[in-house]
Amino acid sequence: MSVLFAVAPALPLDEAGKYVAGAFVAFVGVIVIYVAIMGVRLQRMSRELSELHRALEAREQGEAERAKGAAAR
Amino acid sequence: MYGKGLRALSLATFAALTATFALVFFYAPLDADQGFIQKIFYVHVPVAIVTLCAYVLGGIFAAIHLKTHDRGWDLRSYVVIHIALIFNVVGLLTGAIWAKASWGHWWVWDEPTLVSFLIVFLLFATYQPLRFSIEDPERQARYAAVFAVMAGAFVPLNFAAVRAATATVHPRTFGTTGGGLPSQMAWVFVVAIVAMALLFALMCCYEIAAKQTRWQLRALRRRLLGSDAVAPLGRSAAPALGEPSRSAPRESGRGSYPAEAPS
Amino acid sequence: MRPSVALLRKDLLLERRAPEAVPAMLLFSLTTFVLFHFGLGRDEVSGQMAAGVLLVTLLFAAILGINRLFVSEQEEGGFDGVLLAPIDRTALFVAKAAGLFLFLSLVEIVAVAAFAILLLGPSPWPALPGLLLTLALLNAALAVVGALVSALAIRTRARDLIVPIVALPLLTPALIAAARLAAPLFAAGGAQALPTKWLAVLALYDLVFGLLAYAVFDFLLED
Repeated sequence: MSVLFAVAPALPLDEAGKYVAGAFVAFVGVIVIYVAIMGVRLQRMSRELSELHRALEAREQGEAERAKGAAAR
Repeated sequence: MYGKGLRALSLATFAALTATFALVFFYAPLDADQGFIQKIFYVHVPVAIVTLCAYVLGGIFAAIHLKTHDRGWDLRSYVVIHIALIFNVVGLLTGAIWAKASWGHWWVWDEPTLVSFLIVFLLFATYQPLRFSIEDPERQARYAAVFAVMAGAFVPLNFAAVRAATATVHPRTFGTTGGGLPSQMAWVFVVAIVAMALLFALMCCYEIAAKQTRWQLRALRRRLLGSDAVAPLGRSAAPALGEPSRSAPRESGRGSYPAEAPS
Repeated sequence: MRPSVALLRKDLLLERRAPEAVPAMLLFSLTTFVLFHFGLGRDEVSGQMAAGVLLVTLLFAAILGINRLFVSEQEEGGFDGVLLAPIDRTALFVAKAAGLFLFLSLVEIVAVAAFAILLLGPSPWPALPGLLLTLALLNAALAVVGALVSALAIRTRARDLIVPIVALPLLTPALIAAARLAAPLFAAGGAQALPTKWLAVLALYDLVFGLLAYAVFDFLLED
Protein backbone atom coordinates (compact mmCIF):
# COMPACT_ATOMS: atom_id res chain seq x y z
CA MET A 1 0.00 0.00 0.00
CA SER A 2 2.82 2.41 0.94
CA VAL A 3 4.61 1.53 -2.31
CA LEU A 4 1.50 2.55 -4.21
CA PHE A 5 1.32 5.85 -2.36
CA ALA A 6 4.90 6.48 -3.32
CA VAL A 7 4.08 5.93 -6.98
CA ALA A 8 0.49 7.15 -7.36
CA PRO A 9 -0.61 10.74 -6.86
CA ALA A 10 -2.09 11.23 -3.43
CA LEU A 11 -5.85 11.70 -3.71
CA PRO A 12 -7.82 12.81 -0.67
CA LEU A 13 -11.04 10.90 -0.24
CA ASP A 14 -13.40 13.80 -0.86
CA GLU A 15 -11.79 14.42 -4.23
CA ALA A 16 -12.12 10.75 -5.07
CA GLY A 17 -15.78 11.03 -4.14
CA LYS A 18 -16.13 13.85 -6.67
CA TYR A 19 -14.93 11.59 -9.47
CA VAL A 20 -17.12 8.68 -8.47
CA ALA A 21 -20.07 11.03 -8.30
CA GLY A 22 -19.14 12.38 -11.72
CA ALA A 23 -19.10 8.90 -13.23
CA PHE A 24 -22.46 7.95 -11.78
CA VAL A 25 -23.96 11.29 -12.75
CA ALA A 26 -22.74 10.78 -16.33
CA PHE A 27 -24.40 7.38 -16.41
CA VAL A 28 -27.69 8.52 -14.91
CA GLY A 29 -27.59 11.66 -17.04
CA VAL A 30 -27.54 9.62 -20.23
CA ILE A 31 -30.54 7.62 -19.05
CA VAL A 32 -32.40 10.82 -18.18
CA ILE A 33 -31.64 12.34 -21.58
CA TYR A 34 -32.89 9.19 -23.27
CA VAL A 35 -36.10 9.20 -21.24
CA ALA A 36 -36.62 12.85 -22.13
CA ILE A 37 -36.19 12.13 -25.84
CA MET A 38 -38.64 9.25 -25.57
CA GLY A 39 -41.07 11.52 -23.75
CA VAL A 40 -40.96 14.08 -26.55
CA ARG A 41 -41.55 11.35 -29.11
CA LEU A 42 -44.47 10.01 -27.12
CA GLN A 43 -46.04 13.46 -26.91
CA ARG A 44 -45.73 13.92 -30.64
CA MET A 45 -47.27 10.53 -31.29
CA SER A 46 -50.22 11.08 -28.95
CA ARG A 47 -50.87 14.44 -30.57
CA GLU A 48 -50.94 12.83 -33.99
CA LEU A 49 -53.17 10.07 -32.66
CA SER A 50 -55.75 12.51 -31.33
CA GLU A 51 -55.68 14.36 -34.66
CA LEU A 52 -56.40 11.11 -36.47
CA HIS A 53 -59.14 10.35 -33.99
CA ARG A 54 -60.80 13.67 -34.76
CA ALA A 55 -60.47 13.10 -38.50
CA LEU A 56 -62.07 9.69 -38.11
CA GLU A 57 -64.98 11.11 -36.10
CA ALA A 58 -65.50 13.86 -38.67
CA ARG A 59 -65.59 11.29 -41.43
CA GLU A 60 -68.03 9.06 -39.56
CA GLN A 61 -70.26 12.02 -38.83
CA GLY A 62 -70.20 13.01 -42.48
CA GLU A 63 -71.17 9.46 -43.49
CA ALA A 64 -73.95 9.33 -40.92
CA GLU A 65 -75.42 12.61 -42.23
CA ARG A 66 -75.21 11.41 -45.79
CA ALA A 67 -76.94 8.14 -44.86
CA LYS A 68 -79.66 10.12 -43.05
CA GLY A 69 -80.08 12.39 -46.01
CA ALA A 70 -80.39 9.41 -48.41
CA ALA A 71 -82.89 7.68 -46.11
CA ALA A 72 -85.02 10.85 -45.84
CA ARG A 73 -85.47 11.03 -49.66
CA MET B 1 -46.44 -5.96 -30.25
CA TYR B 2 -43.73 -5.01 -27.87
CA GLY B 3 -46.03 -3.12 -25.56
CA LYS B 4 -46.88 -6.00 -23.29
CA GLY B 5 -43.43 -6.93 -22.13
CA LEU B 6 -42.28 -3.34 -21.77
CA ARG B 7 -43.78 -2.59 -18.40
CA ALA B 8 -42.39 -5.73 -16.79
CA LEU B 9 -39.01 -5.07 -18.37
CA SER B 10 -39.00 -1.47 -17.17
CA LEU B 11 -39.81 -2.50 -13.61
CA ALA B 12 -37.16 -5.21 -13.64
CA THR B 13 -34.56 -2.77 -14.99
CA PHE B 14 -35.43 -0.14 -12.41
CA ALA B 15 -35.23 -2.70 -9.63
CA ALA B 16 -31.92 -4.07 -10.87
CA LEU B 17 -30.37 -0.61 -11.21
CA THR B 18 -31.54 0.43 -7.76
CA ALA B 19 -30.21 -2.81 -6.31
CA THR B 20 -26.89 -2.22 -8.06
CA PHE B 21 -26.47 1.30 -6.72
CA ALA B 22 -27.43 0.20 -3.23
CA LEU B 23 -25.01 -2.71 -3.32
CA VAL B 24 -22.19 -0.60 -4.73
CA PHE B 25 -22.39 2.02 -2.03
CA PHE B 26 -23.49 0.03 0.97
CA TYR B 27 -22.35 -3.54 0.51
CA ALA B 28 -19.27 -3.75 -1.69
CA PRO B 29 -16.04 -3.52 0.28
CA LEU B 30 -13.46 -0.85 -0.43
CA ASP B 31 -10.77 -1.96 -2.85
CA ALA B 32 -7.40 -2.47 -1.18
CA ASP B 33 -5.45 -0.52 -3.79
CA GLN B 34 -7.69 2.03 -5.37
CA GLY B 35 -10.09 2.79 -2.56
CA PHE B 36 -13.27 4.63 -3.27
CA ILE B 37 -12.36 5.29 -6.91
CA GLN B 38 -12.79 1.63 -7.68
CA LYS B 39 -16.55 2.10 -7.32
CA ILE B 40 -16.55 3.62 -10.80
CA PHE B 41 -15.72 0.18 -12.07
CA TYR B 42 -19.15 -1.09 -11.15
CA VAL B 43 -20.56 1.18 -13.85
CA HIS B 44 -17.70 1.23 -16.33
CA VAL B 45 -16.96 -2.47 -16.66
CA PRO B 46 -20.55 -3.77 -17.02
CA VAL B 47 -21.28 -1.04 -19.58
CA ALA B 48 -18.16 -2.11 -21.49
CA ILE B 49 -19.09 -5.79 -21.41
CA VAL B 50 -22.64 -5.09 -22.55
CA THR B 51 -21.41 -2.82 -25.33
CA LEU B 52 -19.00 -5.36 -26.79
CA CYS B 53 -21.52 -8.18 -26.57
CA ALA B 54 -24.10 -5.92 -28.17
CA TYR B 55 -21.86 -5.16 -31.12
CA VAL B 56 -21.34 -8.88 -31.69
CA LEU B 57 -25.09 -9.42 -31.35
CA GLY B 58 -25.68 -6.72 -33.94
CA GLY B 59 -23.38 -8.62 -36.25
CA ILE B 60 -25.28 -11.85 -35.64
CA PHE B 61 -28.62 -10.18 -36.38
CA ALA B 62 -27.14 -8.73 -39.53
CA ALA B 63 -25.95 -12.17 -40.63
CA ILE B 64 -29.45 -13.52 -40.07
CA HIS B 65 -30.83 -10.67 -42.17
CA LEU B 66 -28.44 -11.52 -45.00
CA LYS B 67 -29.51 -15.11 -44.87
CA THR B 68 -33.29 -14.67 -44.58
CA HIS B 69 -33.74 -11.33 -46.38
CA ASP B 70 -36.14 -10.44 -43.57
CA ARG B 71 -35.95 -6.68 -42.96
CA GLY B 72 -37.10 -7.19 -39.36
CA TRP B 73 -33.64 -8.52 -38.54
CA ASP B 74 -32.08 -5.48 -40.13
CA LEU B 75 -34.21 -3.31 -37.87
CA ARG B 76 -33.05 -5.27 -34.83
CA SER B 77 -29.44 -5.06 -35.93
CA TYR B 78 -29.73 -1.30 -36.48
CA VAL B 79 -31.32 -0.64 -33.09
CA VAL B 80 -28.85 -2.86 -31.23
CA ILE B 81 -25.88 -1.11 -32.80
CA HIS B 82 -27.43 2.30 -32.24
CA ILE B 83 -27.98 1.74 -28.52
CA ALA B 84 -24.60 0.00 -28.19
CA LEU B 85 -23.01 3.16 -29.59
CA ILE B 86 -24.65 5.20 -26.84
CA PHE B 87 -23.39 2.71 -24.25
CA ASN B 88 -19.97 2.95 -25.87
CA VAL B 89 -19.89 6.70 -25.30
CA VAL B 90 -20.92 6.21 -21.67
CA GLY B 91 -18.17 3.62 -21.30
CA LEU B 92 -15.57 5.99 -22.72
CA LEU B 93 -16.78 8.83 -20.47
CA THR B 94 -16.72 6.75 -17.30
CA GLY B 95 -13.41 5.27 -18.34
CA ALA B 96 -11.92 8.74 -18.80
CA ILE B 97 -13.25 9.85 -15.41
CA TRP B 98 -11.71 6.78 -13.81
CA ALA B 99 -8.40 7.43 -15.58
CA LYS B 100 -8.39 11.03 -14.36
CA ALA B 101 -9.16 9.89 -10.82
CA SER B 102 -6.50 7.19 -10.84
CA TRP B 103 -3.62 8.73 -12.75
CA GLY B 104 -4.47 12.37 -13.21
CA HIS B 105 -4.81 12.16 -17.00
CA TRP B 106 -8.11 12.14 -18.87
CA TRP B 107 -6.77 9.47 -21.19
CA VAL B 108 -4.29 6.65 -20.68
CA TRP B 109 -2.99 4.36 -23.38
CA ASP B 110 -2.15 1.74 -20.77
CA GLU B 111 -5.65 0.44 -20.38
CA PRO B 112 -6.39 -2.00 -23.25
CA THR B 113 -10.12 -1.96 -22.60
CA LEU B 114 -10.31 1.79 -23.02
CA VAL B 115 -8.13 1.81 -26.12
CA SER B 116 -9.94 -0.99 -27.89
CA PHE B 117 -13.16 0.72 -26.86
CA LEU B 118 -12.08 3.86 -28.64
CA ILE B 119 -11.16 1.95 -31.81
CA VAL B 120 -14.47 0.11 -31.80
CA PHE B 121 -16.31 3.38 -31.28
CA LEU B 122 -14.54 4.93 -34.25
CA LEU B 123 -15.55 1.98 -36.39
CA PHE B 124 -19.20 1.78 -35.41
CA ALA B 125 -19.61 5.54 -35.56
CA THR B 126 -19.39 5.10 -39.33
CA TYR B 127 -22.41 2.77 -39.38
CA GLN B 128 -25.00 5.52 -39.58
CA PRO B 129 -23.15 7.69 -42.13
CA LEU B 130 -22.75 4.57 -44.25
CA ARG B 131 -26.47 3.81 -44.06
CA PHE B 132 -27.35 7.42 -44.74
CA SER B 133 -25.30 7.53 -47.89
CA ILE B 134 -27.28 4.70 -49.51
CA GLU B 135 -30.72 5.72 -50.68
CA ASP B 136 -32.33 2.50 -51.81
CA PRO B 137 -33.76 1.01 -48.59
CA GLU B 138 -33.15 -2.60 -49.50
CA ARG B 139 -29.61 -2.04 -50.56
CA GLN B 140 -29.05 0.12 -47.49
CA ALA B 141 -30.13 -2.79 -45.30
CA ARG B 142 -27.93 -5.25 -47.16
CA TYR B 143 -24.78 -3.14 -47.17
CA ALA B 144 -25.26 -2.19 -43.55
CA ALA B 145 -25.61 -5.87 -42.73
CA VAL B 146 -22.34 -6.68 -44.51
CA PHE B 147 -20.65 -3.91 -42.53
CA ALA B 148 -22.18 -5.09 -39.25
CA VAL B 149 -21.00 -8.66 -39.85
CA MET B 150 -17.43 -7.54 -40.55
CA ALA B 151 -17.44 -5.13 -37.63
CA GLY B 152 -18.95 -7.70 -35.28
CA ALA B 153 -16.17 -10.15 -36.13
CA PHE B 154 -13.68 -7.33 -35.69
CA VAL B 155 -14.64 -6.63 -32.07
CA PRO B 156 -13.10 -9.70 -30.41
CA LEU B 157 -10.07 -9.63 -32.70
CA ASN B 158 -9.43 -5.99 -31.89
CA PHE B 159 -9.85 -6.56 -28.16
CA ALA B 160 -7.33 -9.40 -28.22
CA ALA B 161 -4.82 -7.50 -30.36
CA VAL B 162 -4.90 -4.34 -28.24
CA ARG B 163 -4.68 -6.40 -25.08
CA ALA B 164 -1.61 -8.18 -26.37
CA ALA B 165 -0.02 -4.91 -27.42
CA THR B 166 -0.57 -3.05 -24.17
CA ALA B 167 1.98 -3.49 -21.46
CA THR B 168 -0.20 -3.07 -18.38
CA VAL B 169 2.15 -1.54 -15.88
CA HIS B 170 -0.69 -0.66 -13.57
CA PRO B 171 -2.12 -3.65 -11.73
CA ARG B 172 -5.56 -4.42 -13.01
CA THR B 173 -8.30 -4.02 -10.46
CA PHE B 174 -9.73 -7.45 -11.12
CA GLY B 175 -6.57 -9.20 -10.12
CA THR B 176 -5.23 -7.02 -7.34
CA THR B 177 -6.59 -9.03 -4.49
CA GLY B 178 -4.34 -11.88 -5.50
CA GLY B 179 -6.08 -14.12 -7.97
CA GLY B 180 -9.57 -12.74 -8.47
CA LEU B 181 -12.33 -10.83 -6.84
CA PRO B 182 -13.44 -11.51 -3.33
CA SER B 183 -16.92 -12.99 -3.43
CA GLN B 184 -18.61 -9.80 -2.24
CA MET B 185 -17.23 -7.72 -5.06
CA ALA B 186 -17.98 -10.50 -7.54
CA TRP B 187 -21.65 -10.55 -6.52
CA VAL B 188 -22.00 -6.82 -7.01
CA PHE B 189 -20.39 -7.11 -10.42
CA VAL B 190 -22.80 -9.82 -11.45
CA VAL B 191 -25.77 -7.75 -10.35
CA ALA B 192 -24.36 -4.72 -12.14
CA ILE B 193 -23.87 -6.66 -15.38
CA VAL B 194 -27.41 -7.99 -15.20
CA ALA B 195 -28.73 -4.48 -14.58
CA MET B 196 -26.84 -3.03 -17.55
CA ALA B 197 -27.98 -5.87 -19.78
CA LEU B 198 -31.58 -5.27 -18.75
CA LEU B 199 -31.18 -1.54 -19.36
CA PHE B 200 -29.81 -2.25 -22.81
CA ALA B 201 -32.65 -4.63 -23.67
CA LEU B 202 -35.14 -2.08 -22.37
CA MET B 203 -33.78 0.73 -24.51
CA CYS B 204 -33.76 -1.50 -27.58
CA CYS B 205 -37.37 -2.54 -27.00
CA TYR B 206 -38.40 1.08 -26.51
CA GLU B 207 -36.71 2.08 -29.75
CA ILE B 208 -38.34 -0.67 -31.75
CA ALA B 209 -41.75 -0.03 -30.19
CA ALA B 210 -41.45 3.69 -30.92
CA LYS B 211 -40.52 3.04 -34.54
CA GLN B 212 -43.33 0.55 -35.08
CA THR B 213 -45.85 2.88 -33.51
CA ARG B 214 -44.69 5.70 -35.74
CA TRP B 215 -45.11 3.54 -38.84
CA GLN B 216 -48.54 2.42 -37.79
CA LEU B 217 -49.56 6.01 -37.19
CA ARG B 218 -48.33 6.97 -40.63
CA ALA B 219 -50.21 4.10 -42.20
CA LEU B 220 -53.40 5.09 -40.37
CA ARG B 221 -52.94 8.67 -41.45
CA ARG B 222 -52.51 7.55 -45.02
CA ARG B 223 -55.72 5.55 -44.92
CA LEU B 224 -57.77 8.24 -43.22
CA LEU B 225 -56.52 11.35 -44.89
CA GLY B 226 -55.18 10.00 -48.15
CA SER B 227 -51.63 9.54 -49.35
CA ASP B 228 -51.16 13.26 -49.94
CA ALA B 229 -51.53 14.14 -46.27
CA VAL B 230 -48.50 12.08 -45.34
CA ALA B 231 -45.15 13.63 -46.16
CA PRO B 232 -42.65 11.06 -47.44
CA LEU B 233 -39.94 10.19 -44.94
CA GLY B 234 -37.06 11.35 -47.05
CA ARG B 235 -33.49 10.06 -46.72
CA SER B 236 -32.69 8.50 -43.41
CA ALA B 237 -30.22 6.09 -41.95
CA ALA B 238 -32.86 4.13 -40.06
CA PRO B 239 -34.70 1.23 -41.70
CA ALA B 240 -38.30 2.04 -42.50
CA LEU B 241 -40.31 -1.14 -42.64
CA GLY B 242 -43.86 0.19 -42.68
CA GLU B 243 -43.46 2.51 -45.62
CA PRO B 244 -44.68 1.73 -49.13
CA SER B 245 -41.61 0.72 -51.08
CA ARG B 246 -40.15 3.46 -53.18
CA SER B 247 -38.67 2.56 -56.52
CA ALA B 248 -34.92 2.45 -56.20
CA PRO B 249 -33.37 5.50 -57.85
CA ARG B 250 -30.57 4.42 -60.09
CA GLU B 251 -27.24 5.68 -58.80
CA SER B 252 -25.50 7.93 -61.28
CA GLY B 253 -23.17 6.29 -63.72
CA ARG B 254 -24.10 2.79 -62.77
CA GLY B 255 -23.44 0.15 -65.35
CA SER B 256 -24.34 1.98 -68.50
CA TYR B 257 -23.61 0.05 -71.66
CA PRO B 258 -22.45 1.87 -74.77
CA ALA B 259 -25.42 3.07 -76.76
CA GLU B 260 -26.65 0.91 -79.58
CA ALA B 261 -25.22 2.01 -82.90
CA PRO B 262 -27.95 3.46 -85.10
CA SER B 263 -28.78 1.00 -87.82
CA MET C 1 -10.07 -19.77 -60.67
CA ARG C 2 -10.00 -18.83 -64.33
CA PRO C 3 -12.50 -15.97 -64.07
CA SER C 4 -10.43 -14.46 -61.24
CA VAL C 5 -7.29 -14.74 -63.32
CA ALA C 6 -9.04 -13.17 -66.29
CA LEU C 7 -10.31 -10.28 -64.19
CA LEU C 8 -6.89 -9.82 -62.62
CA ARG C 9 -5.21 -9.78 -66.01
CA LYS C 10 -7.66 -7.12 -67.15
CA ASP C 11 -6.80 -4.93 -64.19
CA LEU C 12 -3.06 -5.39 -64.58
CA LEU C 13 -3.34 -4.62 -68.27
CA LEU C 14 -5.32 -1.46 -67.59
CA GLU C 15 -2.81 -0.33 -65.01
CA ARG C 16 0.10 -1.03 -67.32
CA ARG C 17 -1.42 0.86 -70.22
CA ALA C 18 -2.49 3.89 -68.21
CA PRO C 19 -0.75 3.81 -64.86
CA GLU C 20 -2.62 5.90 -62.34
CA ALA C 21 -2.92 4.07 -59.04
CA VAL C 22 0.67 2.88 -58.57
CA PRO C 23 2.42 6.16 -59.44
CA ALA C 24 -0.03 8.13 -57.31
CA MET C 25 0.47 5.86 -54.30
CA LEU C 26 4.21 6.04 -54.77
CA LEU C 27 4.36 9.82 -55.04
CA PHE C 28 2.09 10.11 -52.05
CA SER C 29 4.42 7.89 -49.99
CA LEU C 30 7.50 9.87 -50.94
CA THR C 31 5.83 13.19 -50.20
CA THR C 32 4.65 11.85 -46.86
CA PHE C 33 8.20 10.88 -45.93
CA VAL C 34 9.28 14.45 -46.59
CA LEU C 35 6.37 15.73 -44.51
CA PHE C 36 7.34 13.44 -41.68
CA HIS C 37 10.88 14.76 -41.77
CA PHE C 38 9.61 18.29 -41.26
CA GLY C 39 6.76 17.32 -39.00
CA LEU C 40 8.88 15.30 -36.62
CA GLY C 41 11.90 17.55 -36.96
CA ARG C 42 14.25 14.60 -37.30
CA ASP C 43 16.95 13.62 -39.76
CA GLU C 44 16.61 9.93 -39.12
CA VAL C 45 14.37 7.58 -37.23
CA SER C 46 14.90 4.12 -35.82
CA GLY C 47 13.11 1.50 -33.83
CA GLN C 48 9.42 1.92 -33.13
CA MET C 49 9.29 5.41 -34.64
CA ALA C 50 10.72 4.16 -37.93
CA ALA C 51 8.20 1.35 -37.99
CA GLY C 52 5.40 3.79 -37.26
CA VAL C 53 6.38 6.31 -39.95
CA LEU C 54 6.79 3.65 -42.62
CA LEU C 55 3.66 1.68 -41.83
CA VAL C 56 1.31 4.61 -41.37
CA THR C 57 2.54 6.08 -44.66
CA LEU C 58 1.94 2.78 -46.44
CA LEU C 59 -1.49 2.52 -44.86
CA PHE C 60 -2.55 5.94 -46.10
CA ALA C 61 -1.12 5.26 -49.53
CA ALA C 62 -3.11 2.06 -49.62
CA ILE C 63 -6.27 4.06 -48.86
CA LEU C 64 -5.65 5.99 -52.07
CA GLY C 65 -5.48 2.75 -54.02
CA ILE C 66 -8.53 1.33 -52.24
CA ASN C 67 -10.59 4.38 -53.15
CA ARG C 68 -9.97 3.74 -56.85
CA LEU C 69 -10.29 0.00 -56.85
CA PHE C 70 -13.80 -0.48 -58.23
CA VAL C 71 -14.18 2.80 -60.09
CA SER C 72 -13.89 1.24 -63.53
CA GLU C 73 -16.43 -1.44 -62.60
CA GLN C 74 -18.85 1.17 -61.41
CA GLU C 75 -18.53 3.45 -64.40
CA GLU C 76 -18.21 1.00 -67.24
CA GLY C 77 -20.71 -1.66 -66.23
CA GLY C 78 -18.30 -4.20 -64.82
CA PHE C 79 -20.65 -5.08 -61.97
CA ASP C 80 -23.42 -5.93 -64.38
CA GLY C 81 -20.97 -7.96 -66.42
CA VAL C 82 -19.98 -10.05 -63.43
CA LEU C 83 -23.61 -10.52 -62.46
CA LEU C 84 -24.61 -11.66 -65.93
CA ALA C 85 -21.65 -13.92 -66.61
CA PRO C 86 -22.00 -17.54 -65.45
CA ILE C 87 -19.23 -17.19 -62.91
CA ASP C 88 -19.01 -17.17 -59.16
CA ARG C 89 -19.32 -13.52 -58.12
CA THR C 90 -16.60 -13.77 -55.53
CA ALA C 91 -14.17 -14.16 -58.43
CA LEU C 92 -14.36 -10.37 -58.65
CA PHE C 93 -13.35 -10.08 -55.01
CA VAL C 94 -10.42 -12.45 -55.43
CA ALA C 95 -9.24 -10.63 -58.54
CA LYS C 96 -9.48 -7.19 -56.94
CA ALA C 97 -7.77 -8.29 -53.74
CA ALA C 98 -4.97 -9.94 -55.68
CA GLY C 99 -4.59 -6.85 -57.85
CA LEU C 100 -4.40 -4.57 -54.84
CA PHE C 101 -1.83 -6.89 -53.26
CA LEU C 102 0.35 -6.67 -56.36
CA PHE C 103 0.01 -2.89 -56.64
CA LEU C 104 0.91 -2.46 -52.98
CA SER C 105 3.94 -4.71 -53.41
CA LEU C 106 5.11 -2.65 -56.37
CA VAL C 107 4.69 0.57 -54.44
CA GLU C 108 6.49 -0.85 -51.43
CA ILE C 109 9.54 -1.91 -53.39
CA VAL C 110 10.27 1.71 -54.21
CA ALA C 111 8.80 3.29 -51.09
CA VAL C 112 10.79 1.16 -48.66
CA ALA C 113 13.97 1.90 -50.59
CA ALA C 114 13.17 5.61 -50.47
CA PHE C 115 12.42 5.33 -46.77
CA ALA C 116 15.77 3.63 -46.16
CA ILE C 117 17.54 6.43 -48.00
CA LEU C 118 15.58 9.38 -46.67
CA LEU C 119 14.68 8.65 -43.11
CA LEU C 120 15.94 5.33 -41.81
CA GLY C 121 18.88 5.50 -39.46
CA PRO C 122 20.16 1.92 -39.15
CA SER C 123 21.07 -0.10 -42.22
CA PRO C 124 18.09 -1.74 -43.91
CA TRP C 125 19.84 -4.85 -45.25
CA PRO C 126 19.72 -7.06 -42.16
CA ALA C 127 16.07 -6.08 -41.69
CA LEU C 128 15.09 -7.11 -45.19
CA PRO C 129 13.89 -10.73 -44.81
CA GLY C 130 11.78 -9.92 -41.75
CA LEU C 131 10.48 -6.80 -43.42
CA LEU C 132 9.48 -8.74 -46.53
CA LEU C 133 7.50 -11.20 -44.44
CA THR C 134 5.83 -8.44 -42.43
CA LEU C 135 4.90 -6.41 -45.47
CA ALA C 136 3.61 -9.50 -47.28
CA LEU C 137 1.24 -10.25 -44.42
CA LEU C 138 0.25 -6.61 -44.10
CA ASN C 139 -0.42 -6.36 -47.82
CA ALA C 140 -2.68 -9.38 -47.56
CA ALA C 141 -4.66 -7.66 -44.80
CA LEU C 142 -4.85 -4.42 -46.77
CA ALA C 143 -5.89 -6.28 -49.91
CA VAL C 144 -8.67 -8.23 -48.27
CA VAL C 145 -10.15 -5.45 -46.17
CA GLY C 146 -9.55 -2.90 -48.90
CA ALA C 147 -11.36 -4.88 -51.58
CA LEU C 148 -14.38 -5.39 -49.37
CA VAL C 149 -14.62 -1.82 -48.10
CA SER C 150 -14.07 -0.47 -51.59
CA ALA C 151 -16.93 -2.56 -52.95
CA LEU C 152 -19.07 -1.44 -50.05
CA ALA C 153 -18.30 2.23 -50.55
CA ILE C 154 -18.31 2.51 -54.33
CA ARG C 155 -22.07 2.24 -54.58
CA THR C 156 -22.87 4.78 -51.92
CA ARG C 157 -23.06 8.50 -52.43
CA ALA C 158 -20.07 9.43 -50.31
CA ARG C 159 -17.59 6.88 -51.63
CA ASP C 160 -14.25 8.55 -51.02
CA LEU C 161 -15.35 9.62 -47.57
CA ILE C 162 -16.60 6.24 -46.46
CA VAL C 163 -13.47 4.29 -47.37
CA PRO C 164 -10.98 5.86 -44.93
CA ILE C 165 -13.32 6.06 -41.96
CA VAL C 166 -14.42 2.46 -42.32
CA ALA C 167 -11.17 0.83 -43.44
CA LEU C 168 -8.75 2.48 -41.03
CA PRO C 169 -10.38 1.32 -37.77
CA LEU C 170 -10.86 -2.12 -39.30
CA LEU C 171 -7.15 -2.25 -40.12
CA THR C 172 -5.99 -1.14 -36.67
CA PRO C 173 -5.16 -4.65 -35.36
CA ALA C 174 -3.16 -5.32 -38.52
CA LEU C 175 -1.26 -2.09 -38.02
CA ILE C 176 -0.63 -2.91 -34.36
CA ALA C 177 0.80 -6.29 -35.28
CA ALA C 178 2.87 -4.97 -38.19
CA ALA C 179 4.29 -2.13 -36.09
CA ARG C 180 5.25 -4.51 -33.30
CA LEU C 181 6.91 -6.72 -35.92
CA ALA C 182 8.80 -3.93 -37.66
CA ALA C 183 10.06 -2.16 -34.56
CA PRO C 184 12.81 -4.66 -33.65
CA LEU C 185 13.81 -4.80 -37.31
CA PHE C 186 14.65 -1.11 -37.32
CA ALA C 187 16.30 -1.14 -33.91
CA ALA C 188 19.17 1.29 -33.60
CA GLY C 189 21.60 -1.36 -32.46
CA GLY C 190 20.94 -3.62 -35.44
CA ALA C 191 18.01 -5.76 -36.55
CA GLN C 192 16.68 -8.18 -33.97
CA ALA C 193 14.53 -11.24 -34.25
CA LEU C 194 10.85 -11.01 -35.19
CA PRO C 195 8.45 -11.56 -32.29
CA THR C 196 6.54 -14.62 -33.50
CA LYS C 197 3.50 -13.75 -31.40
CA TRP C 198 2.71 -10.85 -33.68
CA LEU C 199 3.32 -12.90 -36.80
CA ALA C 200 0.63 -15.23 -35.54
CA VAL C 201 -1.72 -12.33 -34.81
CA LEU C 202 -1.26 -10.84 -38.27
CA ALA C 203 -1.68 -14.21 -39.96
CA LEU C 204 -4.81 -14.86 -37.93
CA TYR C 205 -6.21 -11.47 -38.88
CA ASP C 206 -5.55 -12.21 -42.56
CA LEU C 207 -7.22 -15.58 -42.29
CA VAL C 208 -10.31 -14.43 -40.39
CA PHE C 209 -10.97 -11.38 -42.50
CA GLY C 210 -10.09 -13.16 -45.72
CA LEU C 211 -12.66 -15.86 -45.08
CA LEU C 212 -15.25 -13.41 -43.81
CA ALA C 213 -14.85 -11.03 -46.74
CA TYR C 214 -15.00 -13.94 -49.16
CA ALA C 215 -18.26 -15.04 -47.54
CA VAL C 216 -20.06 -11.70 -47.51
CA PHE C 217 -18.85 -10.22 -50.80
CA ASP C 218 -21.66 -11.89 -52.72
CA PHE C 219 -24.27 -9.86 -50.85
CA LEU C 220 -22.77 -6.64 -52.10
CA LEU C 221 -23.37 -7.57 -55.70
CA GLU C 222 -26.96 -8.79 -55.49
CA ASP C 223 -29.36 -6.44 -57.07
